[in-house]
Amino acid sequence: MYKILKREDLAPSIKLFDIEAPMVARKAQAGQFIILKIDEKGERIPLTIADFDREKGLVTIIFQEVGKTTKQLGLLGEGDAVSDFVGPLGIPSHIEKYGRVVCIGGGVGIAPIYPITRALKEAGNEVIGIIGARSKDYLFWEEKMRAVTDELLVTTDDGSYVRKGFVTDVLKEVIDRGKTINLVVAIGPLPMMKAVAEVTRPYQIKTIVSLNSIMVDGTGMCGACRVSVGGQTKFVCVDGPDFDGHLVDFDEQMRRAKIYQDEEKRALLKFEEGCGRC
Amino acid sequence: MAFDRPTKKYPMPEQDPVARAKNFDEVALGYDLETAIKEAQRCLDCKKPACKEGCPVEVDIPDFIRFIKAGDIDSAINKIKGKNALPAVCGRVCPQENQCEGRCVLGKKGEPVGIGRLERFAADYELAKGTQEVQVAPPTGKKVAVVGSGPAGLTCAADLARLGHKVTIFEALHVAGGVLMYGIPEFRLPKRIVQREIENLTKLGVEIKTNAVIGKSLTVDELLEEEGYDAVFVGTGAGLPNFMGIPGENLNGVYSANEFLTRTNLMKAYLFPEYDTPIKVGEKVAVLGAGNVAMDAARTALRLGAKEVYIVYRRSRNEMPARLEEIHHAEEEGVKFMLLTNPTRIIGDDKGWVKAMECLKYELGEPDESGRRSPVPIPGSEFTIEVDTVVVAIGQSPNPLVPRTTRGLEVGRKGNIIADENGQTTREGVWAGGDIVTGAATVIKAMGAGKKAAKAIHEYLMAK
Ligand SMILES: Cc1cc2nc3c(=O)[nH]c(=O)nc-3n(C[C@H](O)[C@H](O)[C@H](O)COP(=O)(O)OP(=O)(O)OC[C@H]3O[C@@H](n4cnc5c(N)ncnc54)[C@H](O)[C@@H]3O)c2cc1C
Ligand SMILES: Cc1cc2nc3c(=O)[nH]c(=O)nc-3n(C[C@H](O)[C@H](O)[C@H](O)COP(=O)(O)OP(=O)(O)OC[C@H]3O[C@@H](n4cnc5c(N)ncnc54)[C@H](O)[C@@H]3O)c2cc1C
Ligand code: SF4
Ligand code: SF4
Ligand code: FES
Ligand SMILES: [Mg+2]
Repeated sequence: MYKILKREDLAPSIKLFDIEAPMVARKAQAGQFIILKIDEKGERIPLTIADFDREKGLVTIIFQEVGKTTKQLGLLGEGDAVSDFVGPLGIPSHIEKYGRVVCIGGGVGIAPIYPITRALKEAGNEVIGIIGARSKDYLFWEEKMRAVTDELLVTTDDGSYVRKGFVTDVLKEVIDRGKTINLVVAIGPLPMMKAVAEVTRPYQIKTIVSLNSIMVDGTGMCGACRVSVGGQTKFVCVDGPDFDGHLVDFDEQMRRAKIYQDEEKRALLKFEEGCGRC
Repeated sequence: MAFDRPTKKYPMPEQDPVARAKNFDEVALGYDLETAIKEAQRCLDCKKPACKEGCPVEVDIPDFIRFIKAGDIDSAINKIKGKNALPAVCGRVCPQENQCEGRCVLGKKGEPVGIGRLERFAADYELAKGTQEVQVAPPTGKKVAVVGSGPAGLTCAADLARLGHKVTIFEALHVAGGVLMYGIPEFRLPKRIVQREIENLTKLGVEIKTNAVIGKSLTVDELLEEEGYDAVFVGTGAGLPNFMGIPGENLNGVYSANEFLTRTNLMKAYLFPEYDTPIKVGEKVAVLGAGNVAMDAARTALRLGAKEVYIVYRRSRNEMPARLEEIHHAEEEGVKFMLLTNPTRIIGDDKGWVKAMECLKYELGEPDESGRRSPVPIPGSEFTIEVDTVVVAIGQSPNPLVPRTTRGLEVGRKGNIIADENGQTTREGVWAGGDIVTGAATVIKAMGAGKKAAKAIHEYLMAK
């Protein structure tokens, strides 16, 4: 069992857990993820490693309650535990000194962009951060992001905080400043990552996105997570999750994300009618 | 002699095909004591038993059968276990017709002795009764890490533990058992049987660490250099699913057999929504391939509610690599065989879901290097079948995670770890066996490899 040592409610339906998992913490690097399973009957779901503390053996995950499993997870608190927690999985983000980089986190994507932003900053890059959310309430880790960026730009879809607009609007403004940008890293919902890739494509700015395809094992065994990148089939769990945003077939990814839509609705309905597992 | 020797095996009771095609309970029900004794009496107790040569681990077949004849099942099972640590599994899943039974002299005139059925009977008898205590040698103070808990790893771990070594198994998934748990379906190999065998292993003092992906959570180098293990056995299997490389394989509704079977067996998707993992099976399912994996996928699809299930295979019936018994079972349950047929593309609807598959007809040509007559496409024979689910079951390749992250471990052209007949790899202190070395093979071969490696590791540790 893997114990939840800390719980923090970051926004409506967005929760942070510190999980005791020394073996994962020891090896975790920015860009990697874990797979957890709540209990005997649970499904295996991937979540990005948002932070880690090797000494304390802690791994931080941040999740948004979107369906049965994440809602059930959201009912747990400090002292509870999940039955399985495996990682670190996936290839760590490639970190080097590129020059000027822009790190974009949208919605719950702010969590996974944080360790990458920090690593890029530590590698000596000039880092511009852009974070966005639906509204003020859904924004988190603004201060944490500010601490690891040279400049942090914040936006909300509804204008309830700082300014109104999408992260792509802010990105365009940054590009329009005319200074060279060597790399853009974007993590968020698929439509957001697709939009970012379309903004940078005409400027040929290298753009890395982190894909979140449906997974089962996370070790390359099942192929559930496959994605077309530059016309080739890749497995997100072992070949990614980071890929060149200009080569990813986003439409295929969005289509594949919906494979179990009917079943997911059914599972959620049953969960909300009952009271969890009782 | 008054005994009239039947030319056929005593039938083993099975669930009715119509009923069983809708449930996940075991299909074959096993002999009772009386039938087992009668079947044992068919054995001629040959002086030079050919059957034994056909068994990759050389189970003392006439000897254990003699005990069954005498009704001494305890001695029978002890005899089997001297060579085979997982008899309840092997009795069920070994391709006996190519191995032990394939060599039995009775097979020349009639049916061979039902060796697999008898082995299964003895093992189930013991499981029902409760396992006897096994002797463990005094601790040697040596530590061995076993990577992967499929039949190769389990066997290697059991043998080393019995010799007094401290063994830890590292398994990537949340349960141990490898393909026995995630691949082979419940209706062919009940999971409680696998779990009983694994419990026996923990009774020997073997520690099992699940959720440990070697190459990610820890590397083989670290196990040897930092974690204090004196030797490592790699039994990580052939887990990488092959795809056809035809257009449409990423459409919604196309599964690898691994995904299809893992969702069902390991994650229990057939009990959704009581269990959380979903699976989607339409009305018409095409399974590509004709090995055990394909039969399992096809029969699973039926049980998940598909109306029509096709096995689509490029060669003819004679070349189908699956166990004979499973081909029969699949046919009885209503799986249809589209032979000498190969898909050329999968066609999607406007929402990106599978709606049809285009295929080409084949005929048999000259024998190829495998000795099988190779299939040749018939030009202009394209036709389309309507399907809404496609399961690709054309084979698996070795999992690259460990070879890629271990220093000095050489791999062959297909990514298999190179090892000698005792499992010794090109890296000192590291042995390997099972599908990771041979490519996708059989349970008993993987066990044989685990056994040989255990012996070699023991010698290495005692000399060290
Ligand atoms: C590498 C990776 C990292 C991720 N990191 C985070 C993160 O840090 N925080 C976060 O909130 N979410 C993250 N996700 C997404 C998260 O896994 C899904 O939100 C979660 O699985 C939904 O489960 P559910 O039962 O609550 O919802 P459901 O209603 O079952 O599913 C909602 C949607 O989530 C996706 N999904 C469903 N099952 C899976 C599955 N087994 N694997 C992957 N996606 C699935 C599907 O697109 C589905 O439509 C990540 C996904 C991947 C692949
Ligand atoms: C569906 C199906 C049906 C089959 N039917 C039959 C049959 O009827 N008869 C028969 O004889 N054979 C059958 N086979 C073949 C047989 O199951 C395999 O040959 C056998 O299981 C191989 O054993 P193994 O120990 O080498 O590997 P596996 O059983 O594949 O076990 C490998 C284990 O290692 C784990 N692992 C992989 N990588 C890592 C890592 N990096 N770190 C930690 N753990 C790792 C995996 O999760 C897995 O648990 C079938 C196979 C399949 C898939
Ligand atoms: S282990 Fe398999 S091959 Fe050997 S005797 Fe038993 S059933 Fe036959
Ligand atoms: S070859 Fe057949 S008859 Fe002879 S000992 Fe083996 S099982 Fe018995
Ligand atoms: S999740 Fe199974 S191969 Fe990627
Ligand atoms: Mg779900």
